Amino acid sequence: MTEPLAVVEPAKTTRLWVLAGSAVLVASVIVAVTIGPAEISITDVWRSIASNLCLGEGRCLSDVFGLESLPRLRDAMVWDVRLPRVLTAAAVGGGLAICGMVMQSLTRNPLADPYLLGLSSGASLGAVSVLLLGLSVAGVAVAQPVAAFGGAMAALALTLLLTTAAGRGTLSPARTVLAGLAVGQLAAAATSFVIFWSVRGDQAREVLAWLMGSIAGATWASVAVALGATLVIGTALAFTGRTLDAFAFGDTAAAALGVNVQRTRWTLLIGVAVLTGALVSQSGSIGFIGLVIPHAVRLLVGAQHRALLPLCALAGASILVWADTLARTVFAPRELPVGILTAALGAPVFAALLLRNRSVK
Amino acid sequence: MTGISAQGVSWSANGRLIIDELEVAATPGTVTGIIGPNGAGKSTLLRVIAGVLRPDRGTVTLTSYHPAQTSVDADLHECDLLALPRRRRAKLLALVEQDATTELPLTVREAVLLGRTPHRSPFAGDSIADRALVEQALARVSATHLADRIVPTLSGGERQRVHLARALTQQPQVLLLDEPTNHLDIAAQLSALRLLCSLATDEGVTVIAALHDLTLAAHACDHVVLLDAGQVVAAGAVEEVLIPEVLNPVYQVRTTVLHHPETGKPVLTFA
Repeated sequence: MTEPLAVVEPAKTTRLWVLAGSAVLVASVIVAVTIGPAEISITDVWRSIASNLCLGEGRCLSDVFGLESLPRLRDAMVWDVRLPRVLTAAAVGGGLAICGMVMQSLTRNPLADPYLLGLSSGASLGAVSVLLLGLSVAGVAVAQPVAAFGGAMAALALTLLLTTAAGRGTLSPARTVLAGLAVGQLAAAATSFVIFWSVRGDQAREVLAWLMGSIAGATWASVAVALGATLVIGTALAFTGRTLDAFAFGDTAAAALGVNVQRTRWTLLIGVAVLTGALVSQSGSIGFIGLVIPHAVRLLVGAQHRALLPLCALAGASILVWADTLARTVFAPRELPVGILTAALGAPVFAALLLRNRSVK
Repeated sequence: MTGISAQGVSWSANGRLIIDELEVAATPGTVTGIIGPNGAGKSTLLRVIAGVLRPDRGTVTLTSYHPAQTSVDADLHECDLLALPRRRRAKLLALVEQDATTELPLTVREAVLLGRTPHRSPFAGDSIADRALVEQALARVSATHLADRIVPTLSGGERQRVHLARALTQQPQVLLLDEPTNHLDIAAQLSALRLLCSLATDEGVTVIAALHDLTLAAHACDHVVLLDAGQVVAAGAVEEVLIPEVLNPVYQVRTTVLHHPETGKPVLTFA
């Protein structure tokens, strides 16, 4: 009776991968927090976390475990600076990888990434406008993340409008890609114009951080937005695995398997775009994570989405944690925008995947 | 057992009428061949019947028979296919497209398992019964040896068999196929057609297949529908439709019908 065994096996390997991926992520977060100019040990990280996780007055984890809290300055270094930054990197990386995977499946385009619908250019335009022109609504200065999210959603709306206008109400994959390209180019031109017209001195670096993506300056508010969006939308997407699988052979095949193709595509594209918008608002547009991670994970575990989705999230999270750690340490005290690193590492990896995969057509 | 009929269906793309007021009916347990020159509307008709394309006009009706009763008081139940929920429809009808491919590293087993999609809640895992159906379907199309291969590495003919297996795991009452013998070598063509005939006669499945090869159509089909420019030119038994008088004006060729020395079935040649 070998048959039932053969049946259980795929699910079991997936579970093992997820377990291993989770362990790597937790270890990466803890180790990454210890790395930097100030000497911080793993015990310090635990002590800081324990003394800051409190239930009501004075009932902190550190009391439960009888741990001494860190000196104020070292505690601030861990709790206020490094931990929120590392957690934001994890949330952004995980979220981007999920978004890229869903975009690739929905459009059946291996080059699709989270910014396919012009979102990154829209977000950059929003952020750069606020930064350089001091854009304000009703006399209140707009915060950069809000402007970036607004810009991303405006780009999304324009792309979907253009797609549906051209396709008489249907969202065809090819038209969606082209419309996203057009909107993205337009927003990029507008961004360049704003920069050309008004950038001065120091602002150039801050502008570059938005354009290339950077997690420097992440706070607990960034963690809340990025992690919240990734967990909520990621969990919802985790239930669409079977539906995404049905798209493997195209729209007609999916429809013949009972999938409402148009409704699924609308819902998922908008869900993914909102998540991307939330991430971009915190980190700028970090490239290559959403493009490369899904391809790499598919090589490891195959193309079934119920396995792909959690593993993409875990892999994206760990990798961006390490990329961001590199970005703030390689040229310390100068900081690289992390997007430069993800591109520098992602492009060769992508090329390697391409060469490895040449047997497939 | 479920029969199916399309009444007055029309569908147009970019203002051009692709199929025009078509009437087609297929009864349970038979193989119906849809034939006609390129662009006649064969694929479009199959997609409309499958419920993938919504026709501009016309209806598609499913008629279920309950074979337990005698034919006199048979419990006939008609329903409008387009009004059925999508998943219900996908449990009744399966469509095998022409040349559907993927770039994804999906294994053959996973691709065939997709046939269970309409039978399972979107949130549920695969049951052991689902997996068993996959193995059965692979065996029926003689593709068991391909089970662990990656779909994009298959040849056209191998892929065609995988699609057929996927349609079988869908356990449909109506099976629609667009050029099911495309890419297959002669032996594989014959075994695919034998499979379709046995599905029809042994399991009461209603089979509708678009076919290019008219001799194969004559060999396998109980009924033939000839389409030209989106309209039905002729429909009926093989002997009524696959004859020079009907075929010559549509295909613009000179047809000669010979008869197979053993089976007596028509063999068509063209000049």
